[in-house]
Order: sequence, then structure tokens, then C-alpha cells
Amino acid sequence: MPAPLIEMRGISKSFGAVVANEAVDLSVAPGEILGLLGENGAGKTTLMNVLFGAYAPDAGEILVQGRPVTINSSADALAAGIGMVHQHFHLAPRLSVLENLLIGIPGKSGRIDRAGGLARLREIGRQHGLTLDPDLPVSALSIGEQQRLEIVKALFRGARLLILDEPTAVLAPTEVDGLFSALRSMAAQGLGIIFISHKLNEVRALTHRCVVLRHGRVTGRVDTPASTTSSDMARLMCGHEIVPPARGPSTPGAPVLILDGISTSRHSGMALRDVSLSVRAGEILGIAGVSGNGQRALAEVISGVLAPDAGRMTIAGKMVSRFSPRGVQALGLGRIPEDRMTTGVVTNLPLADSMVLPRIGTAAFSRNGLLRPDAIRAFAEAQIKAYDIRCPGPMTRAGALSGGNLQKALLARELAFDPKVLIVSQPTRGLDIGAARFIHEKFLDMRARGCGIIVIGEDLEELLMLCDRIAVMYEGRIVGTLDSAAATVARLGLMMTGAEGHG
Amino acid sequence: MFRLEARTSTPAWFNLALPLLAIGATLVLCSGLIALAGAGVIEAYGVMFAASLGDSYAITETLVRATPMIFTGLAVAVAFRAKFWNIGAEGQLLAGAVASCAVGAIAMPGPLAMLLMALAGAAAGAAVALLPATLRVKFKVDDVVSSLLLNSVIFYALMALIEGPWKDSFSGYPISPPIEDSANFPVLLEGTRLHLGVVAAFVAAPVIWFLIARTTLGFRIRVIGENPEAARYGGIHVERVLISTALLSGALAGLAGVGEVGGVHFQVMSDISPGYGYSGIVVAMLARLNPLGVVPAALFLAAVMTGAEAMSRATGVPAFLSEVIQGTALLAMLVALLFTAYRIRRVGAAP
Ligand SMILES: Nc1ncnc2c1ncn2[C@@H]1O[C@H](COP(=O)(O)OP(=O)(O)OP(=O)(O)O)[C@@H](O)[C@H]1O
Ligand SMILES: [Mg+2]
Repeated sequence: MPAPLIEMRGISKSFGAVVANEAVDLSVAPGEILGLLGENGAGKTTLMNVLFGAYAPDAGEILVQGRPVTINSSADALAAGIGMVHQHFHLAPRLSVLENLLIGIPGKSGRIDRAGGLARLREIGRQHGLTLDPDLPVSALSIGEQQRLEIVKALFRGARLLILDEPTAVLAPTEVDGLFSALRSMAAQGLGIIFISHKLNEVRALTHRCVVLRHGRVTGRVDTPASTTSSDMARLMCGHEIVPPARGPSTPGAPVLILDGISTSRHSGMALRDVSLSVRAGEILGIAGVSGNGQRALAEVISGVLAPDAGRMTIAGKMVSRFSPRGVQALGLGRIPEDRMTTGVVTNLPLADSMVLPRIGTAAFSRNGLLRPDAIRAFAEAQIKAYDIRCPGPMTRAGALSGGNLQKALLARELAFDPKVLIVSQPTRGLDIGAARFIHEKFLDMRARGCGIIVIGEDLEELLMLCDRIAVMYEGRIVGTLDSAAATVARLGLMMTGAEGHG
Repeated sequence: MFRLEARTSTPAWFNLALPLLAIGATLVLCSGLIALAGAGVIEAYGVMFAASLGDSYAITETLVRATPMIFTGLAVAVAFRAKFWNIGAEGQLLAGAVASCAVGAIAMPGPLAMLLMALAGAAAGAAVALLPATLRVKFKVDDVVSSLLLNSVIFYALMALIEGPWKDSFSGYPISPPIEDSANFPVLLEGTRLHLGVVAAFVAAPVIWFLIARTTLGFRIRVIGENPEAARYGGIHVERVLISTALLSGALAGLAGVGEVGGVHFQVMSDISPGYGYSGIVVAMLARLNPLGVVPAALFLAAVMTGAEAMSRATGVPAFLSEVIQGTALLAMLVALLFTAYRIRRVGAAP
């Protein structure tokens, strides 16, 4: 085995009382793809931030090609040949692809070396299949392309080790394939790669070796991921087995949500074109599709944020006459947003505030315009307990919670009011398998209690496991609906490309 | 080498310590200027202290001066909570002063006059604040710029009024006719200028605190300021709340003008406000946008203002020092605020 490219020895890092990393050892050899696994909050991101210079470790040392180094900033990390693609990209949206690449690169005698940059961009693109139009502004790129740009940026700056923090959480399945072939090609050229993901099948397909973190410590090392079963890995991560919940048969009742010929215009994403669908009580309907095919508009219409130009919507037998979040909520709609941080919670205010936000005007939390602080607090405390939301208390800043715990909080706030219809987007994005399992169980519980649920998602396996029926969206239309008994990943995948008319 | 590192939590005592630290730093920094002006630092600050807090009369003067800044400080704090960047408290104050002066000049029973003056002043301030808020909601016009520019518009409108129709035809001075004697706010302490408006300001602060902390409107103000998208999805009419905030903020600033007319000057002239609207921004920042903190912050600035005048008379240091202290205090507080979110960490050069 070649000498390690980088080595972390005995790294510890605490935030106040929270121990995020404790005596972690980790190394990556040239040409190696290392998987970093662990539950939400296990300390993966923290460890990588230490390596990338965002946090100073409390103890431990970092060696690059056998030499100890101190990394105090991302500039130090880049100088040491370490590049990182964060979950939230750091790009300047108005600048072009090439300009983003050249930011902070000293050119020749104070001038920006555009021609040189362009040549390097072409070369990197050719080598690894990471092609990008150099003149497009970043704001015009898809999420997948922005990620590609981040990778190219790291290579451009001479990274020998590339860290990717949950890169696939934001990608469509087809984009994942492209990313993987690029990563394999980089590894073949001797780069080291650290890959973080909660999706065990991806980890098994891509990585050469895995390190498993649990409560900040290394609890397992897997040398042959491809031949280790997912359930073995899950046991290393969570300490116990995770069995997917079984979806029993259900007896759907009357329709609780009906969309009839809904069309929208003027939408930043894809508009809806003549969408009709219905969800019955006690039924889970999946909406599959490559993101950007109208899912966002669909979720916004159902949530009452976007009023359609044509068509009708009925919730629990009542027609929606005025589209507003409060209006549809009063009819019995609950909503779990795709983007927890931006449209779900208020990160800088106490968690309790986010938990009562949609219903602050109701008698449960206020009377005659006066808040009922005790009721608000009691509600938040009860939900924190019922859903085992890990946080110091209801007055904690919402932004301090981990993704899985935030998702539980959002779930709790909706389910507490027994919605008749629940609309959910990407319910387990970024969640570990234990948290995902918990969320799935809750959906199945709600289904058994007669709630109609719409799940918008890209993870077909998740949809197949959860849903009774799956509708496929393509270019703003529903191109077909399958009973999940008759649906397969392959068939859905084909419909998602618009290839097949009706299922 | 030092670097900033994000804090995981902010200790509670910071809320008290930071403003005090900022004030301390300000006084130290400004002592250099005093020395430069050729006066003894200890002596100068001593005179400042004596003139602003040294005896009961000085204290009442400081209270009187703090009153408009409590109102403008509250106005700014409320607006900034909702991220409505109201830099226009100065203009709203002037509008409130003009409106209350117009009402106060009408003969009617005293209590009724005072009530109507307050209503008219608040309404005028609110109307002025409504403009930048509407421009922002309807046309996405930057509220910092529009509210700031409006200050000049209102000021020159006031000048046109006192140079024109309101001009004292007798003396020829550009001052408005006085309000009726019966409309003068009652003085609470014989021989001082401590008027009813001072009490009103001290009552307003806890009322506004209650409004922000304990009412649904306050909840909505806080939420739209922190995350308008989540607010919108949560069923809050962001635009409507923003307009309500602007009206409330403008009304508070208008009341600052009412107090100056009814309790201090009894008429309107060009220099009725020595920048109380702008001082309100400093007050609100020092108070960390907490309505209860506005009171001590306004008292501090008022003490600086009254003290600086006395110091200037006694030591010859220009009274402009008061403005320098205000500006420095604002900067010091902004720096101090950085430390609520970050801490300085020493990082070694070698491993
Ligand atoms: N800046 C911070 N301040 C306080 N606590 C933090 C901070 N960053 C991380 N933590 C805490 O440290 C622990 C590890 O967090 P980290 O983000 O590294 O987990 P993770 O393994 O990346 O989880 P996920 O899979 O959810 O991304 C968690 O308990 C988290 O709450
Ligand atoms: Mg993470």
C-alpha cells in the first residue's frame, strides 16, 4: 500500500459540552476513495472541517505526505493540496463559471490569466468528464452543475485530496452516475477522495474503504465495502440493525385531495400543465420525477403559496377558493417542506417559535392577539419528548439542531394537528438511516389513521417502499401513474425521461 | 496569529456586558480627542458627569433629553427587528412635531389638546414611514435609501412652512406660532423641565417590549425579520406585517416630535431636533434592539449630550465631541456585536 496522502491522528474537537470528534485516526492513500459514514451528528462534517481548516482541533495532528502540518484556514488547506466540496456551495452567482474559478488565483503580474484558466478548465473537463460552459453565469447552472464547478475549482487549485460532504443528497440518480465516474477517474490518476453519504448502496458501490463514526469516535473500519452488506454497515453506524418498515395493506377511503386540471404560469422553475391527481384517505401517493419538472410548483400550489391560473383543488371535500397557506391549512393540510432551513424553520429564533409558527394565530397559541407563552413552551416540550428531538430545550436556536432533528421537529409540528392531507418533499434528504426509518414509520402510522399523504421525491427505492401509487412528473405534467406493485425502478426511470406516455 | 471562530452559543451576560464595554471603549478612545483639544481628560469627563448626572436638576435635564431618543430608539428597534431599515426617524419626528404644533395651536381644553397632539403627531410620523415601506413592498425600492432621503424632504418642507405661512410676522424669525398655553405638557417637578412626555417615554418602552415579546404581531415582526420565506410559508402576510411595523415605527418617532413641541419648545423651529432621529439608531443598536435596553442607552447618549455642552463651556473642548462620542459608541457597539457571534481564538504558528 502506498504511503498515505494525508493522515489525521488522534483528532478531538468539542463544541462546549458536545464532543463532536474524539481521538479520530484516519488516513487516505493516493488513488483511494474513502467512505466516511455515521449517523446524523456523528461528527463527519466537523472532522472534515478540521481537515479543511475551518476549526482548530482541540487535540491531534494532521500529516500531509508524512509531514505534520498546521491548517488554520481554507487557504492553508488548499496549499496543502486539500479541497472540499461543502453541502452548501460557495459560489458567486452572478459571475461566470470561469470567473468563479479564477477568484483568488493570483494571475500573471496582477492580471487575471483568462486564457490559462480556460485551457485548464478544458483539460480538467476532458480528463474527468466534468464539462462546463465557461461563460455561463453560476445562477444559470443546475445544482448538479454547480457541484461540478466546485469539484473543478478544487482540482484547479491543485487539490490532491478531495473531500465531498454528502454530494449525492442534492443530485438526481442520473447525475449520481456522472459524479461517480468522475470520482473514479480522479482516483485512477492518484487523487485521494473522502466521500460522505448516508446512502449505503452508494458507499458500497464507490468506495475502497470505509470509516464509521459514532458519537464522534471511530467505531468501525470496513476494508471491502463492496462485499459487506448494508445491514452490517448500518449496525456499525447505529449499534443495531435497521429493518425497513413493512407497508401493510390499506383500505383507502374517500379522496381527501383532488387536483383537477391545475395549470400555473410565471414560475421560476417549471410551470404545471393541466395536472390532475387525487389522494385518498389512508393512501400514500408518490410523485417521482427528475427535479425541476414541476415538483416545486406542485408543492407550492398544494401548500397554498402559489395560486394556479386554471383548475380546481379540493381538500377534504371543500373546494379551495382562496389560495393561501393559512387557507389550505384550515382545511386540514399539513406540509413538510423540501428546504427545512429556508422555508421551514427560523434558524435564529428559538425552536419553539418555529414549532408554532404556522398556527400562531390559532387559539392553541394565542388569544386576542396575545401570545400564550406557557402553551407554546408546553407544546414544544411535549413534541420534543414525543419525537425524541435531540436538543437542550425548546429555547434552543432552531439552527443549532441537526438535520434529522429539525426534520423531526417539522414533522411534529404538522402531525400534532392531525392533518387530513400531508404534503412532503424529499422527506429523508440528508437523514441517516435510523432517522429516515423513524420518518417512514410516522408516515405509515398516519396512513393507517386515514391521512392522505403525497410524497415528492427522487429516491425511487424510498418511493416504492412507502407509496401505494406513484405518479411520474415530466415537464410540468403527470405522464403516468403506476400502482407500486406494478412499478419498478427501471420502469419509473424510463417514464421520468418522458419516454413512455402512459403507464 | 488570531482568528475569528463562530460561537456555538452566546452567554446571557453578554447582553449587559457588551454595551458597557462599548461605552467604556468609547470613553477611552474619545479621551484622546479631549487631550488633543488641550484639556485634561479627567477634568473634562468630570465636568461632563457633573453637568449630566451630578445633581437632581442635571438629572432632570438628562431625562428630558433622553425622552425623544427613547421614542426614536424604540422606533428604530421595532423597525430593525422586522428588518425594515427605517433610517427616517428624523423626518418622522419632524413630521410629528409639525402636526402636533398645528393641533396644539387650536384653542381647546388642555387634556383634549394634548391627546389630539399625540394622535396627530403619531399619525404624521406613521404616514411618513408608510412611504418607504410601501415603496419597498410594492416596488422593491431599497428602504434605507428612501427613508433616509425622505428626511431631507421633510426637513425642507418644515423650513418652507416656518419661512412661509408660519413665519412670525412680528419678529420675522423663522419660527412657528406657539401652541396654546393650555396645551403645554404639565411639568412634574417645580423648577425643572421634567414634563409629562418623559413619563410617557418611560411607559412606552415596556409597552413596546410587551408588544414585541408577547403579542402575535410581535411574533410576526420577529419572524419576518429573521426569515421572510418561512414566515410566508407559515401563513404570515409578510407585506402586511412590514407595513404594520412601519406604521408603528413611524408613530413612535412622531411621538418624539410631539414631546419636543408639547414639553420643551412649545413651537417648531428649524433646529427642534439636533439629530434625535439618527441618535435613535445608535440607541437601538446599543440596546441590541431590545425595547427595554433602549431606556438606558438613551440615557447614556442624553448624558453625553448635556455633559458635552457643559464641558465645552468649562474647558473649551468643542461641543462636537458629543457627536463624536455617539458615532464612536455606534462603531464600538457594532464591533462588540461581532463578539456575540464570534470569538477570537489564538492559533499557533507552528504545530
Ligand atoms: N458549530 C457548531 N456549534 C455547536 N455544535 C456543533 C457545531 N457543529 C457541529 N456541532 C455538533 O457537533 C456534532 C457533530 O456534528 P456534525 O455536523 O459534524 O455531524 P455530521 O456527522 O456531519 O451529521 P450529519 O449527518 O447530520 O451531517 C453534533 O452534535 C452537532 O450538533
Ligand atoms: Mg454533516
